[in-house]
Amino acid sequence: MPAAVVLLGAQRFDPTLGEAVAELGVRGRIAVVTAGWQEREDEDQDLQEHLQGRTVNLRLHALGEQLFREDPELRKAHRERQLALRVRRDFYRIRLEHALEADRVVRHRAPPPDIAEEQARASAEAVRALDADFLRSCARLRAEFEARWTPADRPAVVRHRQALAELVDGCDAVAIAGGNVATLLNRVSLFGLTPLLRHKPVFAWSGGAMVASERVVLFHDQPPQGPGAPELLDEGLGLVPGLVLFPQPEERLDLTRRDRVQNLAQRFAPARCLALPARSRVTWRDGALGSAHGVLELLGDGGHRPLRPGAEAAP
Amino acid sequence: MTGPRSAVQALLASRPDQARAQAFLAGRRIPVVEGSSVTFLWNGQADGVNLRHWVYGLESATALTRLEGTTLWHLTLEIPAGSRVEYKFEVWRSGGSTWVEDPLNPNRARDPFGHNSVLQAEGYQAPGWSRPDPLARPGTLEPLAFDSPTLGRRTGHLYLPARFRRSRQYPLLVVHDGSDYLNYTGLKTVLDNLIHRLEIPDLVVALTDSPDRLREYANDAGHARYLTEELLPHLASRFPLVDRPQARCLMGASFGAVGALSTAWRYPGRWGRLLLQSGSFAFTDIGTHNRRGPLFDQVVGFVNEFRGEPRAVSERVFVSCGMYESLIYENRSLVPLLGATGMDVRFVEARDGHNWENWRDRLREGLSWLFPGPLMLVYE
Repeated sequence: MPAAVVLLGAQRFDPTLGEAVAELGVRGRIAVVTAGWQEREDEDQDLQEHLQGRTVNLRLHALGEQLFREDPELRKAHRERQLALRVRRDFYRIRLEHALEADRVVRHRAPPPDIAEEQARASAEAVRALDADFLRSCARLRAEFEARWTPADRPAVVRHRQALAELVDGCDAVAIAGGNVATLLNRVSLFGLTPLLRHKPVFAWSGGAMVASERVVLFHDQPPQGPGAPELLDEGLGLVPGLVLFPQPEERLDLTRRDRVQNLAQRFAPARCLALPARSRVTWRDGALGSAHGVLELLGDGGHRPLRPGAEAAP
Repeated sequence: MTGPRSAVQALLASRPDQARAQAFLAGRRIPVVEGSSVTFLWNGQADGVNLRHWVYGLESATALTRLEGTTLWHLTLEIPAGSRVEYKFEVWRSGGSTWVEDPLNPNRARDPFGHNSVLQAEGYQAPGWSRPDPLARPGTLEPLAFDSPTLGRRTGHLYLPARFRRSRQYPLLVVHDGSDYLNYTGLKTVLDNLIHRLEIPDLVVALTDSPDRLREYANDAGHARYLTEELLPHLASRFPLVDRPQARCLMGASFGAVGALSTAWRYPGRWGRLLLQSGSFAFTDIGTHNRRGPLFDQVVGFVNEFRGEPRAVSERVFVSCGMYESLIYENRSLVPLLGATGMDVRFVEARDGHNWENWRDRLREGLSWLFPGPLMLVYE
């Protein structure tokens, strides 16, 4: 496991990463993952300046493109796997939207309290079962891919992973920026980044924080195509167990909608649902949370409160 | 107790002279919108003035009344909030009439026939995403010329998103009446903006034009073949397109919507997305002649056939229609049939008519539902 993982809100306009790095006493170079920025991953001048030029960009996105050019068989297999995942996600989404709608209707009925509670629990369980089933199918697909194509043993992959290991080894910490979480997750998995993070502090913000968690939940309360249904993307890296992370709540979450907040908190319990507004951060170390600034915890009763690191998990 | 009088009521009750009537207009937004009460005003010498609008359900010509002792003509109507109404004035002088735009109203809409004045009722706002955004990287537009074995030389435009890369794969949107969509809905600006906002993905868009749209869009086998067996492979050979039905959309308005649905009907499963705006889906419950005339006979045949044996031809269908157009009846009738086939259908009604700005205003909802962008995936 990493020495510590600092989860931060969006860094784009008002970065606080430098403060977090200083707080952890990191003075050396910092390996940076900006693969979520896709083709723009090199546009990291602001980040470099913010960290006084101490960054080493791992360029995982470009490296992925290079790898696929070097190993077209892997590229084809990888593309097919992604397509299979996308198709499964389409079906998961269809079921999920109907299950969430059923859950909403059930919660608006007013039967006797004991029946209401029983039915609400049953419809919530149906949603949780869908989530779990989808995650299992993602894991199965990944395992089949690994078994059939053994990426870790392929010469091009081995070469790139070794080069990356040396780069990371020469750094005192690793920073994972946000961006497109699917691309980011894809690249850090492809290059087996997790073992390289052992004993190093990790700073992960916005989409990077989501990828660092166990489950990546996509969400937006008001997308243009109608009310959004939060959905799972896949398992994350699992660097911070027991947390589900919601960055950019200012634009994406309506925290006044108690029903939606309640659904999120109950759906992912016993994990704690944390919203990460801009300038917020919290440090995970030795299995516990500490040094929290501005992080909000979503509660099972539909409310939210500033994260109290030592407190019990939300009801 | 009675409520406070509106500004227009107060003016009328005061029996103003010409100078006061004139003064009333100064600096005022015309037509005067006071809640759901809308007053149209025309100022000038005339023997009579009619309001000519395109709202199905209201009298198409309604007379304005002259305010005695002045040259000010007025007409107050109840128009629901959120409405958008295109209109002109018919001004009668010396036994003849001319149709003119409202000189007191700066809001105009263009269409292939010229301009109309636009009433924006309470609550209506032209969407921000329809206006140029300096932060949105512009895509490119290039001429499209294609020699179709079936139809001969076809022209139009091709839109490629900003940062287009051959190493990526793109969904394809094919738009009927493409030049009209560009000219009258600002489709390029809309695409640039929605892509910039991550609300739709980067798309390749073929904006096709037809020299004989009323025939070709009305369930014409040759046109469907041209789109599906000729243009589609041609575009796939030129551009990296996602080779899945879900990544192919046909879109059109009015007869263009018929062209989209009928093409999908002839090639079921090939076009996984349809965007149908104010479709001219005329049908009959008995007989074959629709009240709309012979232009629609071919359409009626197709829609009757579809209604007789509805089947899933696509996967996801977005349908929109204005409440103030006569086609609302046909569209409302079609939607449950589409849904019953198992296709995923979304239907949106708007307080608007059969016009390009209505179709523009629905583009965000339609395109983002058919092709959701990476908004849900990107957390900067």
